[in-house]
Amino acid sequence: MTLQIVATYAAAVCLLIGSAFVLIGVIGLLKFNDPMTRLHAPTKVGTIGIGMLLLAAMLVAAAEGDPSAHELLIMAFLFATAPVSAHFIAKVAIHQQSCEAPPPPPRDDTWSTLNSPDRKMAEGPASGAP
Amino acid sequence: MRGLYRSLLPHPFLTIILALVWILLQNELTAGMAVFGLILGIVIPWITSIWWPGTPKAFRIHRMIPYTFIVLWDIIVANIEVAWIVLTVPNAKLKPAWIVVPLELRQPEAITVLAGTITLTPGTVSADLSDEGHSLLVHVLHTDDPDSVRDDIKTRYERRLLEIFS
Repeated sequence: MTLQIVATYAAAVCLLIGSAFVLIGVIGLLKFNDPMTRLHAPTKVGTIGIGMLLLAAMLVAAAEGDPSAHELLIMAFLFATAPVSAHFIAKVAIHQQSCEAPPPPPRDDTWSTLNSPDRKMAEGPASGAP
Repeated sequence: MRGLYRSLLPHPFLTIILALVWILLQNELTAGMAVFGLILGIVIPWITSIWWPGTPKAFRIHRMIPYTFIVLWDIIVANIEVAWIVLTVPNAKLKPAWIVVPLELRQPEAITVLAGTITLTPGTVSADLSDEGHSLLVHVLHTDDPDSVRDDIKTRYERRLLEIFS
């Protein structure tokens, strides 16, 4: 019985921390004024925010004698997919030139997002000339 | 024998992961579900192996475990740091920067892991790869010294990944 009470309080603390982080993520999304800086707030703070909410769900389920592992799967898939969506949003920002232009890469010609067949055709013959 | 093993189990780790995910999805561990998960884990990589050539030859899973814990710890620290920046640093004083990380890693799988790690950890998002894959473009939320962030990524993550995928 006491274990149940402890688990309930622990879940409450997790819920508070998780929702605080989610709130900070939303504040960051509203506060920053550049697409790239905006991207930081939800990708970082989202992971621990959702993680804490899921931990609370696991604690409550375990305390009620019905342990569940689905939350671990949700966390694993979230951690695997969040970087991919962030990467694509960043690519769109670079493609639309809605952010500061990135510096050119040291060894290669350009960044893959900026690499288009047109650019290759326009610069192809010129790059062959000395 | 080795060729038969390769053609039956093209991605042994994927087999284990698929079986584990299936058991977790069922939310209970029974013999039937474990066997069915194992069947799925063998059949799915076998069917999809045509579209997935070039399995990484070397992958040291025992070195992946400390790496996972380092990344998890960094994620927690990063969250607190980013939350602090969001709440305390005004927009005018924010110093975002692009940094370019030259890559020593060559395998696409290793670069993917590195890019994912960078996005999940301290105030950095991996934004793009150069057209030949020799450098990674990273955006930093707030830094006074972009070079130290780059060196940090190289020593903390890339060096370990080079050991894992070598």
